[in-house]
Amino acid sequence: MGKEPATDDKAFIELDGLEKVFQVRRRAGLLRRERREVRAVDGISFRVPRGEIVGYIGPNGAGKSTTIKMLTGILMPSGGRLRVAGIDPTRDRTRLARRIGVVFGQRTTLWWDLPLRDSYGLVRRMYRIPDARYRANMERCVDLLDLGDLLDVPVRQLSLGQRMRGDIAAALLHDPDVLYLDEPTIGLDVVSKAKVRGFLRDLNAERGTTVLLTTHDLTDIEQLCGRVMVIDHGRLVYDGALDGLHKVGESERMLVVDLERELPPIDDVPGTRVDRVEGPRQWLAFPAARSAAPIVAAVAERYPLVDLSVREPDIEQVIARLYADRPGL
Amino acid sequence: MAERLASWSHAVRAYLLIAGMWVRSTMTYRASFVLMAVGNCLASALDFVAILLMFSHIDALGGFTLPEIALLYGATCTSFGLADLILGNAERVGQRVRDGTFDTLLVRPVPVLAQVAADRFALRRLGRIAQGLAVLGWGVAAADVAWTPLKALFLLVTVVAGAAIFCAVFLAGAAFQFWAADASEVANSFTYGGVTMLQYPPTVFARDLVRGVTFVVPLAFVNWLPVLRLLGRDDPLHLPGWVSLCGPLVAVLLLGLTGLVWRAGLRSYRSTGS
Repeated sequence: MGKEPATDDKAFIELDGLEKVFQVRRRAGLLRRERREVRAVDGISFRVPRGEIVGYIGPNGAGKSTTIKMLTGILMPSGGRLRVAGIDPTRDRTRLARRIGVVFGQRTTLWWDLPLRDSYGLVRRMYRIPDARYRANMERCVDLLDLGDLLDVPVRQLSLGQRMRGDIAAALLHDPDVLYLDEPTIGLDVVSKAKVRGFLRDLNAERGTTVLLTTHDLTDIEQLCGRVMVIDHGRLVYDGALDGLHKVGESERMLVVDLERELPPIDDVPGTRVDRVEGPRQWLAFPAARSAAPIVAAVAERYPLVDLSVREPDIEQVIARLYADRPGL
Repeated sequence: MAERLASWSHAVRAYLLIAGMWVRSTMTYRASFVLMAVGNCLASALDFVAILLMFSHIDALGGFTLPEIALLYGATCTSFGLADLILGNAERVGQRVRDGTFDTLLVRPVPVLAQVAADRFALRRLGRIAQGLAVLGWGVAAADVAWTPLKALFLLVTVVAGAAIFCAVFLAGAAFQFWAADASEVANSFTYGGVTMLQYPPTVFARDLVRGVTFVVPLAFVNWLPVLRLLGRDDPLHLPGWVSLCGPLVAVLLLGLTGLVWRAGLRSYRSTGS
């Protein structure tokens, strides 16, 4: 094994015009087969600096998993350039494997019929993790992920949440520099989700582990990721801070007011529109970028106000709008 | 060269590592393991019982006596048992490709083939080997052969080369599944079907079929030609005598060839993600 390649911490994960084209063959008629090209990833470029947590989101079939598979060396790109920790995943898959940890939310990387403890023992020897480091990492994972009672249970008997925690621990025993998480909180209950998120946050803070996660749960993004990348139809449609996503998506905040009695819709406050009326309660939408204070003042001045609250925009809707704004994509 | 050697030893070590863990894990249920192994032994012994039943009505099958057939049968059965123990689980690769767990093998720093082959390593398969060895032992003792150290060595080499050839066939079957995920059954018709055919003397089958099997699926090298030589008989194809000595060479060539096919299959998987 040579020495580690020189890595650029500002571009720890580096993609340059990455492409993946699948040839799909379809039966068309009795003997004829139609060949069709599917551009699952269609020219994606981004850089992730060391130690960042990035959310990678998009609708089903957008190309998220395909990107992750290329970043781990499972799939070979059809075009473009790709480096992870200075390593080309296509050429040095097994060498890269020592530097990365991968958690697939939908399927386990553990051995189905073996107790967790045996799976971890095997991981230790496969990755040749030194004893002291293995013990320290085990202790930490067992403690923070609450695995103590589960170590002697065969993986197939674990609940989804338990298995996910077990999988995360297995992906981290060899101290990877990069952690890929594909839907890490899918199907978990609220407590398990919180536990997983807390653990990832600590890991990133203490070890500086670079994390790339795909998710459908936008709370994951809100609580973990400083940066979001949105992919659709194999292209990057947004790359930046979470707040910026609201601006791009022209999202709206919602002022919910409870009036003393049922009144006609509040249509005389500039910059707002009535979204819904339900008895004495009314929902007023206004651009997310605007301050709520003058609007609240204007309403309070003209209407008998009992109570009010401001709701932040739902990212899911923001993203939906982002897609809707790009017809033809 | 040194690099290749290092990667080979790495693969073998990984294989032993995973297989060892499965053995330990099955040994926690010792009684169950013993029952499974005995069951495996008895199930494969039924084949030979069928031959015994046949011989209760006839004295010779295609001109072969019972001890001679025991020699044929035992040699094949042992070879196949060894290959099945070592690489039999590789055929599960199609299943893993279909259910998507194959991806998890590709993110570990260990050769994929070692992981696939050692997965669920089943020591109970020793049952088949034990049964094969028992029949072979009886055949060796009872057949009309003047044993010399050289002949004994020849038999040993034949069995090992046979195991290697079966391994190559298993490997080819596994590699084939990258292209056709449902190919497991097709491959079985070559391996398991081939086993049954080899356990009978070649003259029982039609000449064209024999020729096809000798050259299309070189399983015949496993034991027909070498054992015929041991028994001092002519082979039905009248091939030159040196052909029966080619077993080890054929085994090495086949293993190399199927190794390349496996690599091509893996590359095809990584470019299609099928």
